[in-house]
Amino acid sequence: MVELVLFVIFAICALFGAVTMVWARNPVYSALGLMLTMFSLAVFYVSNAGHFVAVVQVIVYAGAVMTLFLFVIMLIGVDKAEDRSETLPLQRPAALVLLALFAAGVLVAGARAWTTGYTAPGEAVNGTIEAIGSRLFDTWLLPFEVTALLLIIAAAGTIALAFFRGDGEEG
Amino acid sequence: MIVNQFLVLGALLFSIGVYGVLVRRNAVLVLLSIELMLAAVNINLVAFGAFVDDAAAAGQVFALFVITVAAAEVGIGLAIVVLIFRNRSSANVDELDLMKW
Repeated sequence: MVELVLFVIFAICALFGAVTMVWARNPVYSALGLMLTMFSLAVFYVSNAGHFVAVVQVIVYAGAVMTLFLFVIMLIGVDKAEDRSETLPLQRPAALVLLALFAAGVLVAGARAWTTGYTAPGEAVNGTIEAIGSRLFDTWLLPFEVTALLLIIAAAGTIALAFFRGDGEEG
Repeated sequence: MIVNQFLVLGALLFSIGVYGVLVRRNAVLVLLSIELMLAAVNINLVAFGAFVDDAAAAGQVFALFVITVAAAEVGIGLAIVVLIFRNRSSANVDELDLMKW
């Protein structure tokens, strides 16, 4: 029961943050809305026994990534008015009709328990740092190492882009 | 334990993210919407990880990998946006027709 109440509260928070992100004229409000969504998602991870994932979500997403976004928004200016007119006249009503159909489909499907699978036999999944870490360095060792390679490539690429000048010269 | 609530929420958040990618013209806002889509997928991974018999913790480990990929993508993407803004004084994706024939 408590879980359901928490879910409803934070689902509303997450949806509010997401809609704010999409609709806000000011990009700073968009970034803050996404931050609210990320915090709400961390609550859902905890309610699904993903404690370590929740901590990573808050530190990496709500902390590092959103700070980076806010820095870039401040760098490239926040007061640019955005043109919201559509070039295709029928696009918006058609999109609304399709959205209504899709939402109805999702809600109807969600109202019936259509998820099947080999459900957990009593013992819940363990989401502590210890359990996740031992799995990460055991079963998922190769993907984990590939992730390290990916991060190094991303960091090197970012530095290379930062050094790039318009005339093609390095420095 | 019911996972439908999380799946429905994930679908809604993903749809909002798709809408943001399609509607917003500021490149930074497009990247923010992509972040929202990745996070919506993460809900599904973690919820199914708690729902099914997940001895290898695959759901949560894959959520971690998605977060890592998202962080790398944001680093590169924002560097590209800043570079484009420096060269063209605009982050409007409609004006970036350099590769259009």
